[in-house]
Amino acid sequence: MSKDSLIGGSLWEQYSDKVTKRMNNPSFMGELTEEDAAEKGAKLVVADYGADSCGDAVRLYWLVDPESGKILDAKYKSFGCGTAIASSDVMAEMCIGLTVDEAVKITNLDVERALRDSPDRPAVPPQKMHCSVMAYDVIKKAASLYKNVDMSVFEDEEIVCECAQVSLSTIKDVIRLNDLKTVEEITQYTKAGAFCKSCIRPGGHEKRKFYLVDILADTRAEMEHEKLNTPPEEKTFSELTLIQKHKAVEKVIEQFILPILNADGGSVEVVDMKEEEGSTAVYIRYQGACQGCAASSTGTYEVISDTLKQKVDTSIIVYLL
Amino acid sequence: MKRIYLDNNATTMVDADVKAAMDPFFSDMYGNPNSLHSFGTEVHPAMREALDRIYEGIHADDEDDIIINSCASEGNNTVIKSAYYENILSGGKKNRMITSTIEHPAVSNTYRFLEKLGVEVIWLPVNKDGLIAPETLAEAIDPDTTALVSMIWANNETGLINPVKEYAEICRENGVPLHLDAVQAVGKIPVDMRDVKADFITFSAHKFHGPKGIGGLYVRQGNDIIPLIHGGEQMAGRRAGTINTPYLIGMGKAMELAVKNLDYEDTEVRKLRDKLEDALLAIDDVQVIGKRSLRTPNTILASFRGIEGEAFLWDLNQQGLAASTGSACSSESLESNPTFVAMDIGNELAHTGMRFSLSRYTTEQEIDAAIEVIKNAVARLRAISSTHNKEYI
Repeated sequence: MSKDSLIGGSLWEQYSDKVTKRMNNPSFMGELTEEDAAEKGAKLVVADYGADSCGDAVRLYWLVDPESGKILDAKYKSFGCGTAIASSDVMAEMCIGLTVDEAVKITNLDVERALRDSPDRPAVPPQKMHCSVMAYDVIKKAASLYKNVDMSVFEDEEIVCECAQVSLSTIKDVIRLNDLKTVEEITQYTKAGAFCKSCIRPGGHEKRKFYLVDILADTRAEMEHEKLNTPPEEKTFSELTLIQKHKAVEKVIEQFILPILNADGGSVEVVDMKEEEGSTAVYIRYQGACQGCAASSTGTYEVISDTLKQKVDTSIIVYLL
Repeated sequence: MKRIYLDNNATTMVDADVKAAMDPFFSDMYGNPNSLHSFGTEVHPAMREALDRIYEGIHADDEDDIIINSCASEGNNTVIKSAYYENILSGGKKNRMITSTIEHPAVSNTYRFLEKLGVEVIWLPVNKDGLIAPETLAEAIDPDTTALVSMIWANNETGLINPVKEYAEICRENGVPLHLDAVQAVGKIPVDMRDVKADFITFSAHKFHGPKGIGGLYVRQGNDIIPLIHGGEQMAGRRAGTINTPYLIGMGKAMELAVKNLDYEDTEVRKLRDKLEDALLAIDDVQVIGKRSLRTPNTILASFRGIEGEAFLWDLNQQGLAASTGSACSSESLESNPTFVAMDIGNELAHTGMRFSLSRYTTEQEIDAAIEVIKNAVARLRAISSTHNKEYI
């Protein structure tokens, strides 16, 4: 909630000028025919995505050069709101000159960014993001038709939301690409769950194989897992988990400190570690000959502390127990 | 660009006479009517006159109450929550409430809120005409367990007029109070509380050329109401808060003018509406929702195959024509219109609705111009459309 949200009806005020211009004067709207294809010695691709009942439907036409795989021309037709038409228009323009393999990599975010007036201001309000997702899905459809392969080559064809025809991979993709955290956000981006709501969670009027709440939880967990599995050497010390920090400390102790202490018949163990504001506390306890040694609280302590600061991280503070 | 306003079910222009009637009560006669001194009491005659006009406008008896409040949403909340406090929160036997699937959010969202508190709400479906059949109500009502029935008199989207007189008879037979949302009825069709024996009705002044922010809640004698807003003793303790004197006086004037113009509404506004409707129906693949004879004389809800509602609204607005779409893409709720579903209007048309609503200020020139604007928009958007490939006319 904020001051801006107190007055309704501001939807169109949030559209960029580019969206408005494309809606009023779409440049790539139209059809391409077999005759157009023959003239250029190209292959015609016609792909449909969406349906009237969803409130969004788009048809993409491509002329593809069979030798280079390059898209020579692109046009579209659209049943949808202003942002759907504007997104389709910019999407068709972006396809021209790319190979089919390159075009498949265009995402809804590229489409939305191309419609921005300035880099830091979204072209459309969040509830309109789904219109650009549609523009990106139809490219995959066109590519699958051109290559005569199933769309599953480009995406998992598992449909999660039948009403809006949204696939499992689209949902996973938007969660990852946009760092989505709630089911409501998924609905805003993809329209999944906006209609009959059966796919949101179990207990709706239709039983589903996948539910948005589960996909969200699983994908978020995967994202967390991937973050953890990034090799520690690629991370800075502060990005490591506490266990990874502990391992790094133990490694240095084993390699550089224990040989010195062992030579005098002593040893040291890490009893605990704690993450504190801007520092990492390492609690150690002497063992063997170090216990009760006069130097252990002064010289030896400094050696341990300095070595850990140098070899692991300067934020480490060593506490003697 | 001369703009055309065909969104009078959303709100209306304040009549110049209404504005003039309100004017003295802002800076000249600004006293609080509850004060005992002359600044307070000098306002009373105009307030009484306004109340007389409002009572007369809906044929209320002097023994009935018309509680002046901020709007019909407030009135609907008051009635529904009062019934909840009185019957359900108190642990009484009447623990169910009945409403319909075609209510305005002021009613439906209030009931959804009560559902969250554990109340059993029965949502009556519409028949193929888009109306709630009296038999449907008769089947659902139970004298022992029904605490309240809430029904919309005339629907805001379609203009379809429900058989409210029959509802009142059914409710009386069963000893259940009837609450009608009369927002789209007042000023468009006769509203006669001596004829329709409902217990509560609600209305808002801005739907009949009065100011926004003032409305009325009619309470038939013998019914009690627990206030929504507690505080001072205004409105006989049933609605606290200093009465908005100039707006009450404006609503009185607006009601007087609305009732005076009911014949004009029924003949002239209807004629213009029918002219527009005929022109729309002459366009290929256009469907109007609900029989003409069953609708308020100012409203058309039409579906234009192959054109998404928000895109249509955009094009109309570019040409200066204001209308309204309940279509999915522009509204928060993406669910299909329940009237469309109930009337078996194809799912593929659920996003193609456009509402045109006239007023007594709409002129024939405006209708002629609007027809051209609509045809232009249909031609352009069907040329873009991927789901409508035919020539449009």
